[in-house]
Amino acid sequence: MGAEELVNGKAEFHEMEEDDNFSDSELVYHVRDALSSVSSGDSDSYNQLVGVLHHTERLAPEDVALLVTSLKALSGAVSYIDIVLHETLLSSIFRMNMWNYGPDVMDALLELIISLAASNGKHVNSCLEMLVSNFTPPNSFVNMLKQPRGLARKDQVLSRVHSALKHIADLVPLAPSILCPIISQRMPIYDKEPLAVIYVENMLKLESGAIGEFVMSTMLMGLMDMLIEFDVEIGWEDILQDDSSKGIFQMELENVDEIADYDEEDGTEMFMQLSRELTRKSLGGSLIAEKLDSLMALTFEHLESCKDSGRLVEVFEHLLDSFRITVLTAYKSKFAQFVMFYACALDPENCGVRFAMLLADIFVREDYPLPFRMSAVAYLASYLSRANFLSAPLVAGMLKRLVDWSFEYCKTKGAVMDPTSHRLFYSACQAIMYVLCFRMKSMMDVAWFKSHLLIEPILNHKLSPLKVCLPSIVDEFCRQAEAACLFTSSEEFIFNYSLESEHSRAFGGIERLDMFFPFDPCLLKKSDRYIRPHFVYWSMVRPPYDDDDEGSIDEDVEQELDLDVSKMSITPRNSMAYWIQNGLEEPRGMPARIRPSTSPESL
Amino acid sequence: MEGLKVSDASLIVYVDPSKSTKVSQAVLRELSSLLFKFNENFEGVVLAYDVQIQDERAKILPAMHPYFGVSLKAKLLLFAPKPNMLLEGKVVKLTQTSIHVIVLGFSSAVITDEDIRKEFKYKTKHGEELYASRSHKRHVIKVGTMIRFLVKSFDEELLHISGSLVPINTGSIRWLAKNMEDVPLIDRSTTKRGESEGDTVIQQHYTVVGEAYSWHSDPQIKKSKKRKIKEES
Repeated sequence: MGAEELVNGKAEFHEMEEDDNFSDSELVYHVRDALSSVSSGDSDSYNQLVGVLHHTERLAPEDVALLVTSLKALSGAVSYIDIVLHETLLSSIFRMNMWNYGPDVMDALLELIISLAASNGKHVNSCLEMLVSNFTPPNSFVNMLKQPRGLARKDQVLSRVHSALKHIADLVPLAPSILCPIISQRMPIYDKEPLAVIYVENMLKLESGAIGEFVMSTMLMGLMDMLIEFDVEIGWEDILQDDSSKGIFQMELENVDEIADYDEEDGTEMFMQLSRELTRKSLGGSLIAEKLDSLMALTFEHLESCKDSGRLVEVFEHLLDSFRITVLTAYKSKFAQFVMFYACALDPENCGVRFAMLLADIFVREDYPLPFRMSAVAYLASYLSRANFLSAPLVAGMLKRLVDWSFEYCKTKGAVMDPTSHRLFYSACQAIMYVLCFRMKSMMDVAWFKSHLLIEPILNHKLSPLKVCLPSIVDEFCRQAEAACLFTSSEEFIFNYSLESEHSRAFGGIERLDMFFPFDPCLLKKSDRYIRPHFVYWSMVRPPYDDDDEGSIDEDVEQELDLDVSKMSITPRNSMAYWIQNGLEEPRGMPARIRPSTSPESL
Repeated sequence: MEGLKVSDASLIVYVDPSKSTKVSQAVLRELSSLLFKFNENFEGVVLAYDVQIQDERAKILPAMHPYFGVSLKAKLLLFAPKPNMLLEGKVVKLTQTSIHVIVLGFSSAVITDEDIRKEFKYKTKHGEELYASRSHKRHVIKVGTMIRFLVKSFDEELLHISGSLVPINTGSIRWLAKNMEDVPLIDRSTTKRGESEGDTVIQQHYTVVGEAYSWHSDPQIKKSKKRKIKEES
């Protein structure tokens, strides 16, 4: 092909002008001569060759032909390219951006890159870096990505880049181990959303591709790290200040005092379920949140495809590692953990159980640092409460594990109430009560639950968990426990609504782990769409004291219920409509009637 | 195939105190970190190890972090190609200008057309690229063929080999095995001599490697603190 194209070529090589018909091998020899003559001081032809590669703007067909020919000839002469002597040539090759060229040039360029990588170990790194830098388009191209033409170019470039990576890995088996650090280092944390999304698309494509076996762990870990990176950029304060300044909770809260409380403690959000409208208001402005949201949605899509190809369990193991190392140890991660949630939702029997086990294991492990153990139990509590795909026996089993641990703790270490030194114990108690607030009814249906669970001695113990844990949880728990006759001697528990929360503050420590409910409703718009069908909202929970109302709705009771629930939750206005629209099955635990939203219309 | 040797090594692995309950795990982890990397002390790439902990007791380093040194005896399988050794590998790509080979599944080698003896001619047969011998019709090298080639140089960092098919005793292993009889006697004897030389080389390395073990406190072998923190966090 080279020969024909040269007929029209501009023929920067003066020798070529003399003859119309060059064979490919003649071209190769010509380039080899040009390369080797550099060492003897004659670099004219070499400079011309470098000049050809520098043409990037508005290439005429003959320029393209010349470029293709030069690249092909270079592929045949790679063994003559010296990393020092031909530095200018190499840097112009590596600087070529595939997004600027048509398919012919792309193919020729990649052929050269592959040959270079295979010819000499010294080039492998630069070749891989060049390919990775082509993961994302140049900035000027970003707007084109929305047009069909831009998308077509994206496909052209990326499919070639990935096949080249695979090709290089075939020829240089250790290439993936060089590729991994390059990809991790080049993660576009500070780039614009579309670039970050494309980059992650590429990472996931690699993960599920031919060399996935070697890069899977790095890609998934890298992805989670990136999510956490964005996650911590969005402070709890940002979200909450936004909200309270707009007075969004005023309608939901009973009185002004509580609003003040809310501001101070930045915590009453635990039961607050922010509607999607709210989400848009509070987080919509944040570019980081949008970027995070898109990446999360992309990750969810990827998890779905992993499930379809039967790789989810394998992928999940890496995610678990990543969770253990980065997410769990990040201070009150807000969003990244939903990746785990969604993976669990896709495969409750394997991933769902595995995740719960891991959290419980971390919690009981003595050699883990205390804050991580407290986080782990907070994750566990929130997960068991919010996941609608977990079976009642599993939840009961997990609760039993926590209760047994707490019982043992009381026996061995318990002396007097001391929120600070028994933090771990109180966090376990709070976790147990929190889960039961959500699951009381289904737990009562598990035959062995009531008889085998020694909750009462724990709560009655001198350590007084009821006085220390968050009052709102304790109140709700006691109400439900009474209604469900969980305790044999219920008279001992006096529902004191004015319970102090200084204790809970003390056991939560400065990290406020007492207020950490990682799987509270996801505030990201796109991500929430994936999570929603698998999620238990507070409004769906039917507490046992609500039992008698079934069927006949008593006005008074309803009102009372409304009042109570409004403390706990803001139901998305269109939650019912959502189920119907999407033809989804009603989630388990859905109450007979859905309370209409108390969110103000204006939102 | 040459370039492989087994060395007896006596090592001391410094284990972080936090791993005191899982010493053998920590030791194996440390040894695994040596795999598939060129190690100057061993003068080769560690491919496999068989390890025995020598002593139940370990020496504690008096320092901020009281690492303790566990002494080991390990048998290491090393890959140490040197120029003029004969290696074997599988052809994965073949062009007019080069043959690409993978040795032992991890090390890549390239033989450029200048290092392919003139006996071989590049051809395309039924769309398949191959090198065929002009003098022995059945001696063909194509993608998938196992070949024996001579080492010209070895890039220790990237484990990249530059090879040659110039000597007469190189080429398709299958053909060489079948047709050794046809090759003139002189050639065979050179081959044999080559092999026996290889043996002595290996013997020498044994002793060299044995001596090389005075570097116990090499920071590389210490459980690096950085990694430890990563594990815990």
